[in-house]
Amino acid sequence: MANPLQLVGRITLGLFADIGRLAVFAGRVKIAAITPRWYGGEILRQMVRIGFYSLPVVGLAAVFIGAALALNIYEGGSRYGAEQFVPNIVVLGISRELGAVITGLMLAGRVSAGIAAEIGAMRVTEQIDALETLSASRYRYLYAPRFIAALATLPLLVMAANIIGVMGGWLVSVYGLGFDSTVYLRNTVDFITRDDILVGLIKAVLFGGIISVMGCYQGDRSQAGATGVGRAATLSMVGAAVLVLAFNYVLSTLFVEIGL
Amino acid sequence: MSGPLLKLEGLEKAFGAKQVLRGVDLEVARGQSLVVIGGSGSGKSVMLKNALGLMMPDRGRIFFDGEDVTNATGKARETMRARVGMLFQSGALFDSLTVWENVAFRLINSEGTRRKDAKERAIETLKKVRLGSDVALLYPAEISGGMQKRVSLARSIISKPDLIFFDEPTTGLDPITADAINDLIVEMVRSLGAAAVSITHDMASARKIADEIAMLFEGRIIWRGKAADVMNSGNAYVDQFVHGRADGPIQPAI
Repeated sequence: MANPLQLVGRITLGLFADIGRLAVFAGRVKIAAITPRWYGGEILRQMVRIGFYSLPVVGLAAVFIGAALALNIYEGGSRYGAEQFVPNIVVLGISRELGAVITGLMLAGRVSAGIAAEIGAMRVTEQIDALETLSASRYRYLYAPRFIAALATLPLLVMAANIIGVMGGWLVSVYGLGFDSTVYLRNTVDFITRDDILVGLIKAVLFGGIISVMGCYQGDRSQAGATGVGRAATLSMVGAAVLVLAFNYVLSTLFVEIGL
Repeated sequence: MSGPLLKLEGLEKAFGAKQVLRGVDLEVARGQSLVVIGGSGSGKSVMLKNALGLMMPDRGRIFFDGEDVTNATGKARETMRARVGMLFQSGALFDSLTVWENVAFRLINSEGTRRKDAKERAIETLKKVRLGSDVALLYPAEISGGMQKRVSLARSIISKPDLIFFDEPTTGLDPITADAINDLIVEMVRSLGAAAVSITHDMASARKIADEIAMLFEGRIIWRGKAADVMNSGNAYVDQFVHGRADGPIQPAI
């Protein structure tokens, strides 16, 4: 019978080894992203794939989250006669937390898993070996463009999610809860601060890094066969989603501490 | 520089407890076409990947044009790879790029050639492997397996390498297409004056493209000789393999 302490030790060592490998991989991607040579065409192509094509799914998620948030705040606020604060809390919640988190989670599924599957398929069909034999580094040609594109487009997507999310809350409040449209929008604009927007955008940049690196890392480590590629996509999505939520909490705590 | 273009010295490689290469010694001279034969799982692909630097050996050394490239990285590895072409078993064409972009990949992305010039050279090279310019704008998924092998061959020769590796070049092709690919390999290797190392278990292909044949068995080279001698090698392992017999010293891999 296996010693339980041995088992715990093995799992712990495996976890630290995984974290180490991921950290080294992320470091190599970052170095490839900040030093020449850059593949401009690839970066643009990835910006369209990661940013532009994600807009519909992010927009849809944001509008429903904004609408549900407004309803729940109204329901809770009415217990204390505070339902007039719906626009303030909706815009605060979306710009500081939900806009970035929803975008991060949707892209963990759409982009991170997609990158892992694509790179995993390239790995098992020897395309990555071919790339290396043609004197092109996979870090520069494949991973850095995805990393740069995600860092650049996530803040734009989060801005879009913030606006659409607030509009979701506005729709429900005006057409379902009887708020005056002008008053609702004025309260929203008056309440939001530059710092609230900045918090969401800083998170967006970090989430962009997590999503792209996790997808590239799992794809790069993909084992042969369809099962290996599927596993890489799943691990990447789950890993990216968990890290997005964990780092969201860490950053929120940090921002509260420093008064941002 | 005199001496072999490629030299493998005591190459060993294991994956966990499974020892795949047990001390491979191999030399390939300039302009020579060497075919390495061996059964499935004998370590042919692993040997090739080590020689290319896609895998690191556990022991042994690899020399390219007299330079020790066993653990070469960065510029040293790039310099070596700039002089080497590779045709992968699956073709390994980039499916997000068109045929001409695949062929011209090294020119555009490693040598900094302008796209317009690179496209012209890619189309010229495609003609050498009997593919018309109409194929150039197609994607790999839109062409047949035989055409994909030709495109991959064009990609491997466009930079006029000194050494070309062929990994199972005829696997998965019908006999007529396979023979056409063999003819192209012989023609391209001779016209470039390049050395070639091919791995295959297709004996028709081996006899056609090889000057010399070596047999890899259980991680070691157990025989090497002229291509013309392979059918009468006097080696029981080689005889069994080239005649495709189930009976003999080699146990079938089933």
